[in-house]
Amino acid sequence: MKPTKRLFAWAVLMGSAAGILGAGAAFANDQLEKMSQDPKQWVMPAGDYANTRHTKLTQITTENAHKLHPVWTFSTGVLRGHEGGPLVVGDMMYVHTPFPNKVFALDLNHEGRIVWAYEPKQDPNVIPVMCCDTVNRGVAYGEGMIFLHQADTTLVALDAKTGKVAWSVKDDDPAKGATGTSAPLVVKDKVLVGVSGGEFGVQGHMTAYNIKDGSVAWRAYSEGPDDQILFDPDKTMAMGKPVGKDSSLKTWEGDQWKIGGGATWGWISYDPKLNLVYYGSGNPSTWNPSQRPGDNKWSMTVFARDADTGMAKWVYQMTPHDEWDYDGINEMILADTKVHGKETKALVHFDRNGFAYVLDRTNGELLEANKYDPAVNWATKVDLTTGRPEVVAEYSTDHNGPDHNTKGVCPAALGSKDEQPASYDPQTHMFYVPTNHVCMDYEPYKVTYTAGQPYVGATLSMFPPKGDTNLGNFIAYDVNDGKIAWSDHETFSVWSGALTTASGVAFYGTLDGELKAVDAKTGKLLYKFKTPSGIIGNVNAFEHNGKEYIAVLSGVGGWAGIGMAAGLTGDTDGLGAVGAYKSLSNYTQLGGVLTVFSVE
Amino acid sequence: MRLDRPTGVAPRLTIFGAFGAIFALGVATISLPLAAAADSTPAANAPANDGDKPYVVQNGRVDHHVFNGYRRYGDNCLRCHGPDGAGSSYAPALVDSLKHMTKEQFENTVINGRQDVNTANQNVMPAFGLNPDVVENLDDIYGYLKARSDGVLGRGRPKKIGDDDDN
Repeated sequence: MKPTKRLFAWAVLMGSAAGILGAGAAFANDQLEKMSQDPKQWVMPAGDYANTRHTKLTQITTENAHKLHPVWTFSTGVLRGHEGGPLVVGDMMYVHTPFPNKVFALDLNHEGRIVWAYEPKQDPNVIPVMCCDTVNRGVAYGEGMIFLHQADTTLVALDAKTGKVAWSVKDDDPAKGATGTSAPLVVKDKVLVGVSGGEFGVQGHMTAYNIKDGSVAWRAYSEGPDDQILFDPDKTMAMGKPVGKDSSLKTWEGDQWKIGGGATWGWISYDPKLNLVYYGSGNPSTWNPSQRPGDNKWSMTVFARDADTGMAKWVYQMTPHDEWDYDGINEMILADTKVHGKETKALVHFDRNGFAYVLDRTNGELLEANKYDPAVNWATKVDLTTGRPEVVAEYSTDHNGPDHNTKGVCPAALGSKDEQPASYDPQTHMFYVPTNHVCMDYEPYKVTYTAGQPYVGATLSMFPPKGDTNLGNFIAYDVNDGKIAWSDHETFSVWSGALTTASGVAFYGTLDGELKAVDAKTGKLLYKFKTPSGIIGNVNAFEHNGKEYIAVLSGVGGWAGIGMAAGLTGDTDGLGAVGAYKSLSNYTQLGGVLTVFSVE
Repeated sequence: MRLDRPTGVAPRLTIFGAFGAIFALGVATISLPLAAAADSTPAANAPANDGDKPYVVQNGRVDHHVFNGYRRYGDNCLRCHGPDGAGSSYAPALVDSLKHMTKEQFENTVINGRQDVNTANQNVMPAFGLNPDVVENLDDIYGYLKARSDGVLGRGRPKKIGDDDDN
């Protein structure tokens, strides 16, 4: 199809969208949005469309949190890394697993009795093309259906009451290295889903499927011609200006965009008033920057797209021409809060690259970009006028070139924070961020692209920042002044999604398996419990029969299972750490278990 | 077990695809770096016949084959088998596997892949037979891992023979 034709088709679709889709779609949207405001339920991956991971429940307080205790547990029977968290819809809880991607519907009226279980049949050949373990970040709910994004990229709609398959659609091809790990999000009459495979040279995309039958409503690629990335050269804005024609193509050499990465494996947010969906794209492929000259747009980018048409309203590329694997896929938290004293419709994003970005989510204006870990050294700052980072030559793997070992870059490729989502507490106006505190040596070199084979082109060693003994922190961050309010050290990276409560308690899990409750004002530890395995899942809250519960999946693995399981480079060097970096396997073993806590 | 021999002249056969062929005719120069001693017991694990070593390691430094193996390992194997062959939560530590695997078994597994999928495990090694970056560098990858497995090479980026310490 010629670009002009498709653009025309999109224009027609956009024009009619408001009228035709408006009425029917709005109902489903309203219903789910209303459910997300009921603190008794947890109906979407982050609890709400704004991705705040905040509950209005108040039974668990700073005074009684020490009385927390596990009240029931559930083994998923799967050993690999358990990311994401359970949904609670009415009296039912929905628990998912990594490959083979089981889903369990548990009856909360009968202490988690299994109402139905679903296990797809998948070709196990998808397992090794999943970068970094076979994780899955959770299911979505909408219109009486549970949506599961399988490892093999199949999106399946299950009847929430019976588990019966309503429809099923294949999003992409694992034979080319495309896989499914992300949680879908239901927006209006559509279910949105991203793709993984940045280490295999996929052409990343976000796709909206019609809830009623699984047909494609729109697909927006991360890089490519304007009609594939759904950009309007005159209307799509970047740093306050229209992007112009071929904004992506101009930043790649030849056809490299076709294997350019920009996978969309993170979280999705939605602002119903603006009717915009927000998400980020990942690293450009390969990890060897010299092999792909240019800014590699729109990898490493925050996208704001029209929920009905997918057309991009604004974009912002955080790390042009990535040289360190700083994927931009972390959650976009939509908060109406003060930035430099001014009430702002903000989008707050703690990026892998170590900067906390604050943008005006209505128009993409960059308001603030500050380091949220003092160890970050690859750039001195982000120029708020151009939006570009000021890269330090010493840590530029492109400047130093291939076959050169660039040493001491902070953060490491896993970022100052990875996918583990932060929480926003509208009462303290603080963001509670689980972070990694790890640096790296990075050595790029030439690689060959072969479909379905790794397309990495760099090798790296990871180690803690000089002089430090902790590999992670749980921090409270204030976007009003761009400062860290407090920081709790953790032995290992904090790889668990945070939760805050309206009663002033913040929760997170640790890689060695502890669920922790801290005072949101001070970071003071109120309660901890050692679950059966390391926690890389997200902490959720719900209420049932008048009681507030906290739920978290444990089950170590994921990227944290690499290196962390073996310990980091330097563990045996005896550089004064005195065993502080002993391998994680000395603390915990594999196994997926859901643990549910309450204070009574 | 130190066998001194001038480096750079150690003959080395790299015959890809000739499974079962006698691998190395060269005499590797091996010495024990202090760092390696910390995480293994090299002397005890070393095979009797040092002449069969598929790597050249001298005073803890490696030749360009082993170094190339280290990098290609990082490119294709590290994501599952962990840094330095040390394993991850979902794939075996190759420093252990190569203590009992033959080179033929190693090559066969890399080229053709392997599946161990049952109710308890979902372990799948992909077939790298069509990946030129792996196939053309397989001897080097093996040599690197064998040096790690034999305990003559420590963790992290190996230093090259003849290079200064900064690179």
